[in-house]
Amino acid sequence: MSNSKNKIIELKNVSMTFRDSDTPVLNNISLDIHDNEFVTLLGPSGCGKTTTLRIIGGFATPDTGDLLFNGKRINDVPPYKRQVNTVFQKYALFPHLNVYDNVAFGLRISKVPEKEIKQRVMEMLEIVDLAGFEKRTIDQMSGGQQQRIAIARALVNNPKILLLDEPLGALDLKLRKEMQIELKKIQQRMSITFVYVTHDQEEALTMSDTVVVMNKGEIQQIGTPQDIYNEPVNAFVANFIGESNILPGIMHRDYLVEFAGNNFDCVDGGFEEMEPVDVVIRPEDITIVPASDEVLNGVVETVTFKGVHYEIVVNAYSDYWIVHSTKSANVGEVVGLSFTPEDIHIMKKSEMPKITRYTVGRSEEA
Amino acid sequence: MNKNAKWAAGPYLLWMVVFVIVPLILIGVFAFTTEAPFDLEGNRLTEEEAALLIEEQGEDAVENKTVFTLNHLFEVSEYLPVLLKSAWLALIATAICLIIGYPMAYFMSRFRREWQQVIQMLIMLPMWMNFLLRTYAWMTLLEKNGWINRFLGLFDIGPFNMINTQGAVVLGMIYNYLPFMILPLYSVMLKIENTTIEAAQDLGAGSVRVFTKVVIPLSMPGIASGITMVFVPAVSTFIISRMLGGGTNMLIGDLIDLQFLGNAYNPNLGAAISLVLMVFIILCMSITNQLDNGDEEMEGKML
Ligand SMILES: Nc1ncnc2c1ncn2[C@@H]1O[C@H](COP(=O)(O)OP(=O)(O)OP(=O)(O)O)[C@@H](O)[C@H]1O
Ligand SMILES: [Mg+2]
Repeated sequence: MSNSKNKIIELKNVSMTFRDSDTPVLNNISLDIHDNEFVTLLGPSGCGKTTTLRIIGGFATPDTGDLLFNGKRINDVPPYKRQVNTVFQKYALFPHLNVYDNVAFGLRISKVPEKEIKQRVMEMLEIVDLAGFEKRTIDQMSGGQQQRIAIARALVNNPKILLLDEPLGALDLKLRKEMQIELKKIQQRMSITFVYVTHDQEEALTMSDTVVVMNKGEIQQIGTPQDIYNEPVNAFVANFIGESNILPGIMHRDYLVEFAGNNFDCVDGGFEEMEPVDVVIRPEDITIVPASDEVLNGVVETVTFKGVHYEIVVNAYSDYWIVHSTKSANVGEVVGLSFTPEDIHIMKKSEMPKITRYTVGRSEEA
Repeated sequence: MNKNAKWAAGPYLLWMVVFVIVPLILIGVFAFTTEAPFDLEGNRLTEEEAALLIEEQGEDAVENKTVFTLNHLFEVSEYLPVLLKSAWLALIATAICLIIGYPMAYFMSRFRREWQQVIQMLIMLPMWMNFLLRTYAWMTLLEKNGWINRFLGLFDIGPFNMINTQGAVVLGMIYNYLPFMILPLYSVMLKIENTTIEAAQDLGAGSVRVFTKVVIPLSMPGIASGITMVFVPAVSTFIISRMLGGGTNMLIGDLIDLQFLGNAYNPNLGAAISLVLMVFIILCMSITNQLDNGDEEMEGKML
């Protein structure tokens, strides 16, 4: 454990079921969050991301399992005693206070001198690009502005840990990108541990040290963005992190897999002989080449312009393949699909989550 | 569409004119006028002169005319102690209603939905019973040999003198008007989102500061309207004071009642007292309204 940073938050086998419901919202979640780490919870709507944050923030109590802060169990510590601040999904601003007083709220509670409050609040409003709006009431602010007030209100307190529940959801693309960069800068400069929730996979991949992919209250995979993208542990992760071609296949032996009517060399091993598997190939890893016996051939079904690339759907061996290519193709044309053994990702059929451990060494390499 | 919508307000506007504006004007007219005797040349007479003239020349030599006067308003000042007493008792009742009603409304708004409805029913239930009947019921409870004294008598305590006291009047006010405090408070507190409270906790506020910095400021509109809805009927009540206060605890409402329906018949004075009471209430309400938005001004100054 020498190369691993200090664990600041640990969730140990946390499960939770809401009253008057029989399916658990969280099912045996275990997760370590380290000092200064940027952890992103990623998953579809309703998978339990907000609930996980609420447990860390102290607004929900797990039925079973433990929550540790610096190694001490804090299941029963009330929210106001935790060194955690939250940017709530629904902002939860104080409607009776103006912008300035909203941001100053936490500092006033901790009895910071007014002079220092003024300086810190103004600095924070500058960062979220809301300088000059101090006197406005909350209902005079747009949704995106309110969201930025919520970010400022939490950040201004210099928390050890900041929980952010889809903090950029209401912003337009440009502002969103700017705020992503701004947040990442703040996180690194002020050495705050971020636990960030989003269902935007691109945001998760670009900002995080560690991505936690969740589905239906269970963790599917924990890993660096590279791990998650390049080595998804199952079809769900592969599909959720960007579009993917997922095909049924059979592992003949190590490094040889059969799918789409052909045998292919691959780089994965460790499966049983003739084990049924899921094969994942990313759309951008496929190159369109002239049809030949060397490659898989198919008919172009549709071509859609997507800005940076064309999305080309090819019908090959009665499966639809999605290909991202900078070059267009003609509908009805017979083309070849080319990919290398490294582009073929083999996953077990079962959905048992595999955990790739986050280590500092790895993230610093990246 | 818009034009038609405006017409829809017509019936109510008419109603307001006939039953609100006109009576107000009439009260004003009554309050500032009196009947005074004149001789046939149009000279104003004193009461003695009029009596003399009638004696000398008969009824027809004197005619009564309505004239402007401030006398009634001066007369009202004699009753200032009654007004102050009414205001004082109403104030006590309002304060106690607020103290009882505020936590009640708060916890009610945090209960589960089904429970909220049950409690709301229980609060409203007495209001569906006749006001007089409710107050009578208190008489039978508080009487010398009423239910409370009889019960306490079982333990050899009492009997206490409860009916016909100021305390009984205040009790009657609280009992009758408490729902008017709870309901507006409850409805503003329903609007306080749980997440707003959580946000305050998240920023380090314990329960006391969550209360003083979030719940109370956000419920100010409810506090203001609750105070209004209790204080106004309490300050002008006459049934409660008559039934529970006996003859000895006359309030301003009783006084007005006497001028119109009692043996002190003097509608002009009654109108003048009503007018003074109305001005008094408007003054009180403008103070309460300060409560409502005074907060923001204070925050503004702190900046
Ligand atoms: N107070 C509640 N009572 C009952 N069920 C709840 C409650 N809050 C959330 N749930 C359920 O728990 C599940 C997880 O909710 P959660 O808010 O954690 O999802 P999420 O991952 O944050 O989704 P989103 O991306 O839409 O915000 C959902 O199915 C939701 O319906
Ligand atoms: Mg959520």
